[in-house]
Amino acid sequence: MNKYSRNLPVQNPGKAETGIDGFDEITHGGLPRGRTTLLEGGPGSGKTLFALRFLVHGAQDRHEPGIFVAFEETSKRIVANAENFRWNLPELQRKKLFFLDAQPTPDLVQSGGFDLGGMLAALGAPVKAMGARRIVFDAIDIVLALLPDATAKRREIYRLHEWLLTSELTGLITTKADGDEASSLSAQPFGFMQFMVDCAVLLNHRVELGVSQRNLRIQKYRGSNFDENEAPFVIGKNGFDVAISRMLGQVDTKVTNERVTSGVKRLDTMLGGGYYRGATVLITGFPGTAKTTLGGAFTQAACKRGERTMFIGFDSDGTEVIRNLKSVGIRLDRYIKSDVLRMISARSITGSAEAMLVRMKALTQEHKARCLVIDPVSTLAKAGNELTAHGVAERLIDWCKSDGITLVCTSLLDEMHGPAQGGASLHISTLADTWIHLNYLVQAGERNRGLSIIKSRGTSHSNQVRELILSDAGVTLADIYTAGGEVLMGTMRWERESAERVANEIAVVAGKLKRVSLDAEAAVLEVRAKSLQTELVAKNVEKTLLVRTTASRAGELSRGHTRMRELRGGDAAVTGSKGGRS
Amino acid sequence: MNPRSLFKFRLYVAGDTPNSLQAMSNLGALCQKILPNRHEIEIVDVFREPKRALADGIFMTPTLLRLMPSPMRKVVGTLSQAGSVLQALGLENVAA
Repeated sequence: MNKYSRNLPVQNPGKAETGIDGFDEITHGGLPRGRTTLLEGGPGSGKTLFALRFLVHGAQDRHEPGIFVAFEETSKRIVANAENFRWNLPELQRKKLFFLDAQPTPDLVQSGGFDLGGMLAALGAPVKAMGARRIVFDAIDIVLALLPDATAKRREIYRLHEWLLTSELTGLITTKADGDEASSLSAQPFGFMQFMVDCAVLLNHRVELGVSQRNLRIQKYRGSNFDENEAPFVIGKNGFDVAISRMLGQVDTKVTNERVTSGVKRLDTMLGGGYYRGATVLITGFPGTAKTTLGGAFTQAACKRGERTMFIGFDSDGTEVIRNLKSVGIRLDRYIKSDVLRMISARSITGSAEAMLVRMKALTQEHKARCLVIDPVSTLAKAGNELTAHGVAERLIDWCKSDGITLVCTSLLDEMHGPAQGGASLHISTLADTWIHLNYLVQAGERNRGLSIIKSRGTSHSNQVRELILSDAGVTLADIYTAGGEVLMGTMRWERESAERVANEIAVVAGKLKRVSLDAEAAVLEVRAKSLQTELVAKNVEKTLLVRTTASRAGELSRGHTRMRELRGGDAAVTGSKGGRS
Repeated sequence: MNPRSLFKFRLYVAGDTPNSLQAMSNLGALCQKILPNRHEIEIVDVFREPKRALADGIFMTPTLLRLMPSPMRKVVGTLSQAGSVLQALGLENVAA
C-alpha cells in the first residue's frame, strides 16, 4: 500500500482520485478506495470515457496500475477512440494498464448455467503480476444479459462484488441505464446493484431544444459526504470535465486593491480610479450602444500595459471587430501581431453553455490571459441553455476570480426589457462587481448614447449620466447638461454650451470695460489730489512768511520807540535801550 | 468430416463449483454415449491455471472448447441442454 501512496501526500487515503476535473472536488477526493462504484448512464453518456480516465489517471499519476475489462467494445477500439485525448495509452499498456477483451463472441453457444468465476480467477494473474490497484468492468450488462434468470444475475453480481472486496481493488462497474433514476430502479433488472455498491454515479445526456446537455449526479456514497446536485459536465480535450462552483470552505481568492484602467479616462475618474484587477465588469445596453467599443477600449489599454488579453466575440469576426474599432481610434491589430492579444470569433458556435465555458476556459488558459473580454456574454443564454446559463455565468465569474482574471463582459439587452433585468436569464448583474449601463436618449430628433454606472462594488463612483462620444480620436465621455430638470445631450448640449460661452465672453468684456473707466476716474482724482497738495505747500510757505514779516515789523517798531524816547530824553533809560545803544 | 476422427475437448472449470461439476458430468456422459473411445477431455481449473484461461479468453465458467477437429468451437454453461450442445459441437450426425 505505501508503495503507492508514498509520494502522494495530498491524496485522501480513503479515496482513489479519478483525475477528472471537478469530480474529485464534488466527491472530496474521488471514488471509494478498495470498494465498488457503479457508473450508470444511457448510450453515449460517457461511461467508458469516465472509466478509462479513472484508470489512466491511476496508472499515469498515482502509481496505481489498472485493469480494464471490456465486455462491449474491443480494447483496440477503445484505445483508438481515446487517441484524441492526450493519454498515451499504448505506452501505458506496456506495464500499467491491462486490457482484457471479454466480449462474448457472436458464435458463442450457451447451454445451461454458467458463472463469472472463471474470469475472476483468470484476472487474478494480471492483478498479481502488475500489482493492480484499480479495475474497471465496462458494460457489465452485456454479460449479465446472457444469464438465464434474475437469481443467476444477482448471484454473479455478488460474486463480482465479493471478489473486488477480497482483492482490495478499487472497482468501477459501468452499466446502461436510462439515466432517469425513477425508472431505472424498477425497470432495470440490475437495480439492486445500486444498493449493493458503495458509490453510485449517474450520467445523464439529454437534449433540450436541440442542445445537448450532459449531467452527472452522485446517487450515493457510503461513508462520505458529497455534492448531491446534478453537475453539468462536458467531454473535452482532456476527456472529462465536470463543472463545479467553488464550494464552501474553499479558500477565497486573493483580493487586490490594484486598479486597471477601463481605457476611457473619464470613466476611470467616474469609477474613482478604474476597475479593480480581477473584478467582473458587466456592460449592458441595447444593440449599438457601443458596448463592444468599451470592451475594445479596455482591451487596448490592457494590451498597452503588455498584459496578455483575450477577446472572445460571439457577434462578429475578429477581423471585423478590429476594423470597426479602428474607426474610433482603437487599434488592436498590432497587438495581435505581437501575440499579446488573441481574438476568438465564436459566432457560429452552438451547443451547451457548459461546453462553451469549457472551451473559453481552455483557450484562455492556453493564452495565459490576464484580461478577458466576452462580447456578448448573453450568447450563453441562447435557446436551449436557459436553465444552465445562470450556473455557467456563475462559474465563469468564479473561475475568473480564482484565476485573477479581469473580466469584462457585455450583455445585450432586449428592447423589451429594461436594465433592471440586467442580462435577462443570466442574472449576471448581481454577480458582477461593476455594472455599467449604456442607453439611448432620444431627444429633439437625436439619439445619443448615455453612460451610467449602476453599481461598482468597493469604489466610489459618480452618480451622473455621461454622454458617450465616439470619434475617430477615441472614446470620450462628456458631461451632460441638466437644465430645468431636463437632461441635454448631443446638439442640444452643444447649443447650450456655446450659448454659455458667448454669454461668458460678453461678461468678460464688460468687466474689462468697467475696470478701464474706473481706472480713469481714479487717475483724475489722483491728479486732483496732487495739485491740492502743492497748493497746500504754497499756502504753508506763505503762512510762515507772513509770521516772519509780522515779527520783524514788531521788532522794528519797538526799536523805533526806544530810539524816539532816547532822542526825546524825557524818560529814564531803560535796560533794554542799553543794548540798542551799543 | 471423417466420422471416425478423434474429438479433443478442453473444459475450463472453476474448482468444484456446482456449475463446473455439472458440466464435467454432462460432458462425460455425452462423450461416453456418442463418442466412445474417440474422445479426449482435458479439464483445466481456472483457479490453478489462470494464465491459461486468460490465453484462451475464458471469462465464463464452465466453458468447453472443441479443439479437434478444427475449427474450434466454444460452448458456455453446464452443457445441460444436450440438443444445443450436440449442434454446437457438430455431433448431430454422429448421434443419429
